[in-house]
Amino acid sequence: MSIRLRELIRNVRACKTQADERACIHKECAAIRTAFKEESNELRHRNVAKLLFIHMLGYPTHWGQMECLKLVAGTKFPEKRVGYLGLMILLDERQEVLMLVENSLKMDLHNANQYISGLAMCSLANIASAEICRDLSPEIETLLANSNPYIRKKACICAIRILKKNPELAENFVDKVASILADRNHGVLLTGAKLMFELTQAEPSSIEVLRKQVPTLVRVLKNLVLSGYAPEHDINGITDPFLQVALLKLLRVLGRGCADASDQMNDILAQVATNTESSKNVGNSILYECVLTIVAIEAESGLRVLAINILGRFLANRDNNIKYVALHTLLKVVDSDVNAVQRHRGTIVECLKDADVSLRRRALELIYVLVNETNVEALVGELLAYLPVVESEFKEDLVSKICSVVEAYAPEKQWRVDTIIKTLTMSGAFVNDELASSLTSLISKSPEIQGYTTSKLHAALSADLHNVAQTLVQVGVWCVGEYADQVREAPPGAAAVTSAQALDLLDRVLHSVTTALTTKEYVLNALVKLSTRYQGDVAAQARVRQLIAPYRSSIALELQQRAHEYHALFAWDSIRAGVLERMPPMEKKAKAVDPLAVARAAGGAPSNGTSGTNGAAGGGARPAASAAAPAPPAAEVDLLADILGGMDVVPSTPSGAPPTSAAMRLPTSAAALGGGGGGVGVGGGGGSGAADMLMDLLGGDASPQMAQPVAIAAQGNPMGGAGAMGAMAASGMPPMMGAMQPQSMQAPTAAAGPAEWVAYEKGPLKVRFAASKEGGNPAVTNVAITFTNSAPSPLTDFVFQAAVPKFMKMQMQPASGSVVPAGNSGAVTQLLKLANSAHGQKPIAMRIKVEYALQGNKLSETGEVASFPDGY
Amino acid sequence: MIQFILVQNRQGITRLSKYYRQYSDDERVKIEDEIHRLETGRDVKFTNFVEFKQFKLVYRRYAGLYFTLCVEQADNELAMFESIHLLVEVLDQFFGNVCELDLVYNFYKVYMILDELFLAGEVQETSKRVILERVRKLDMLE
Repeated sequence: MSIRLRELIRNVRACKTQADERACIHKECAAIRTAFKEESNELRHRNVAKLLFIHMLGYPTHWGQMECLKLVAGTKFPEKRVGYLGLMILLDERQEVLMLVENSLKMDLHNANQYISGLAMCSLANIASAEICRDLSPEIETLLANSNPYIRKKACICAIRILKKNPELAENFVDKVASILADRNHGVLLTGAKLMFELTQAEPSSIEVLRKQVPTLVRVLKNLVLSGYAPEHDINGITDPFLQVALLKLLRVLGRGCADASDQMNDILAQVATNTESSKNVGNSILYECVLTIVAIEAESGLRVLAINILGRFLANRDNNIKYVALHTLLKVVDSDVNAVQRHRGTIVECLKDADVSLRRRALELIYVLVNETNVEALVGELLAYLPVVESEFKEDLVSKICSVVEAYAPEKQWRVDTIIKTLTMSGAFVNDELASSLTSLISKSPEIQGYTTSKLHAALSADLHNVAQTLVQVGVWCVGEYADQVREAPPGAAAVTSAQALDLLDRVLHSVTTALTTKEYVLNALVKLSTRYQGDVAAQARVRQLIAPYRSSIALELQQRAHEYHALFAWDSIRAGVLERMPPMEKKAKAVDPLAVARAAGGAPSNGTSGTNGAAGGGARPAASAAAPAPPAAEVDLLADILGGMDVVPSTPSGAPPTSAAMRLPTSAAALGGGGGGVGVGGGGGSGAADMLMDLLGGDASPQMAQPVAIAAQGNPMGGAGAMGAMAASGMPPMMGAMQPQSMQAPTAAAGPAEWVAYEKGPLKVRFAASKEGGNPAVTNVAITFTNSAPSPLTDFVFQAAVPKFMKMQMQPASGSVVPAGNSGAVTQLLKLANSAHGQKPIAMRIKVEYALQGNKLSETGEVASFPDGY
Repeated sequence: MIQFILVQNRQGITRLSKYYRQYSDDERVKIEDEIHRLETGRDVKFTNFVEFKQFKLVYRRYAGLYFTLCVEQADNELAMFESIHLLVEVLDQFFGNVCELDLVYNFYKVYMILDELFLAGEVQETSKRVILERVRKLDMLE
């Protein structure tokens, strides 16, 4: 016999074990199935209710779905209610069964009984699929004008669902909103405001139309703010905070990028910001929304100051929730007003020490953005203090971010090396190869710190060999092999390393159980190099041989082969020194796209005249950026890097698409670390291959003279050993540079004023550069690029990419648009920041690539930028 | 927009779940487990917000029950936090000093209340009086 729902619940609760519960449920399910089969109508809704309970416990109940449909088609309210409830719990929009209910829904929407109509709308809003939404949209449009506010507010939310599923239906609702806003019922106003917000999301062009409602919205908000105590909607002394928040959110979209609309809302925003009680969470939720709106719209400067001050107060609040939203919001403000955020640096750094991971993560994001040349030492210190306590899943990210800010802003090389070594030793296994190779490349290019670094690395590894990453051990071993002769006498600021000490370390690495096979290969290379570094040191020479000898019978093929080769090499004293000469400075190859740089580029975008989209763009791009660069732009970088052979390549995409920047990119390990093997005569096939490809690609290009110096450089490398890359670097100046701008190699003058010139012109496209020096740092140049189009039709899908030589770094903001208007009637602009590390010795040079479609024809142009004026 | 609403007890048993976003049954079980672990591991002094996949959890603990809203990144956390309290106040007034067992035995009524307060992941009514009047009337129609 059928039992009541209450009884079932009691029975289930009385079960002592899982097995008991299962047995109980199975028994009940069997009873319900039988009842369903008998088609007994009067108990059906009770059975479905029991089924819902069983579903809640996690048992399969899909066999009951059809019964819900039968209940929905019933006539009595209790049946319908259970039916619709079952529908919402057991089904979702993916089930085809749902289509069967469409007709019942349609009938019930028009039911004279407001409760039944309410049920139907509730189900529609919660689970309707795109098709049902489209079919029932006319019904909802009628219901929006219903006399009952209970129906109207539900209809508004149904409309939101319809728009979410079918954005193209937006136009049907745009003209309905005016009457909704005239409503006095708060529920209708609230849902109406949300409907308007959804309209702006579904159909951005409707924003223009909806802006007409700004005065009405302002009036509604003003009534809320100025009204006295209203018991109906009061929460902690504030009248309907939810409605206020919804209105502020809507105003944000409407005011963004429109000075007129922003003007109209300035006063009320100021009122909300000053009058809202901030001692309780409710008040703060409104202030928070208000600040977001002020920051996003074209607000008066006074108002912005007010907003920033509110954030300052938030940050000092004892309530962690408030602190959290303050950090969250500061990240959005940071692009427009860095100094205001810098003021709160102390508090932000404090948050990094909080026990709560939510706060720490927000603070961390903010700190990355705040780092600059002046505070890098202090902030990196804080980050390093945070490193030992960070959760292991964030450690690798933190390590790479510390290293990238250090690379970008380090005041001097010695500090940079110190910090990176410290970071890497502290981070244990969480080091990726790219960091190590960037360090290697830095060392090989900077003779003044080679001894110092070697000594430091030697000390670090001698102190602790087991808890550091293998990559760091490899860098250390490589440095010892390469620069051992420089540390026999103490380099400035570091201790001397005698031949015995150096060999002791290598010996330990070789025999440590934690040492990886690859590391051992590095050790063998280092050992054979030491045999020439310690010329005349008989004891050391003997020990080198003695250490290498056992590996002639190693089971690892690579080790065995190397050991034999090196053993043979010992007999050739005349050429050994030549073979084992010091590696030429290594250049990093621009391959990886640094996520931090991307985040910065995106966050810092002073976007297309609508500074309001700032926050949104920054916010939107960040998740993508932190999840690693998206695939297509990255591939593009690779391709371009290959074509242009090792130059920094920065493709830029029009705003909207995630911009990528190779400005602070990390090199691949292959390019830098491979050099260790290359030094002993291992052929760099890949390198010369790249040079060939370069010739192929550029040979057919507009600039054949580019290819020649490269080819000479490649042929001129007798060993072919270090590959084309090394050869280029070894020839003293990058050959591309020589080809590009032979005439402007003279030293530029120290100071230069702003300059403007046509950098490139081809066909209808004209590229104008306006360059200016960043204050205080002559090496940094800001370039505003303007693209104009003299053709009678617009250039669409416009993408501008630029490449600079390796001694320069480049950061590029997204372009203001992807369409260059026809007939010089408008322009696309883009900002670019260049840092020339060889300022004063080498001029700025740049290759650009432009892609666009003109009347449907895809065109792609590459070329060189006409030279920068003297002094740049 | 709210992605889902969860009410779990301290043992991690779900007392109420309302999903406004599509998840399969397996995914739901996984999510509920994960959220339980996340929230019970947090100190009372911590923020009531936790990042969760591409969303954010806003939760509040009342005695042995955790009320959780999963919201989008752009949502106002503080307002969502307040709406949890509104829900609890309505439940409290409707059942009269609500406890976990009320939610177990009257789960369908809880859904009814939920549907009057939230709809399609949005807050639809903010007046306690209106909501209570409405659900009492609906309750009488039973």
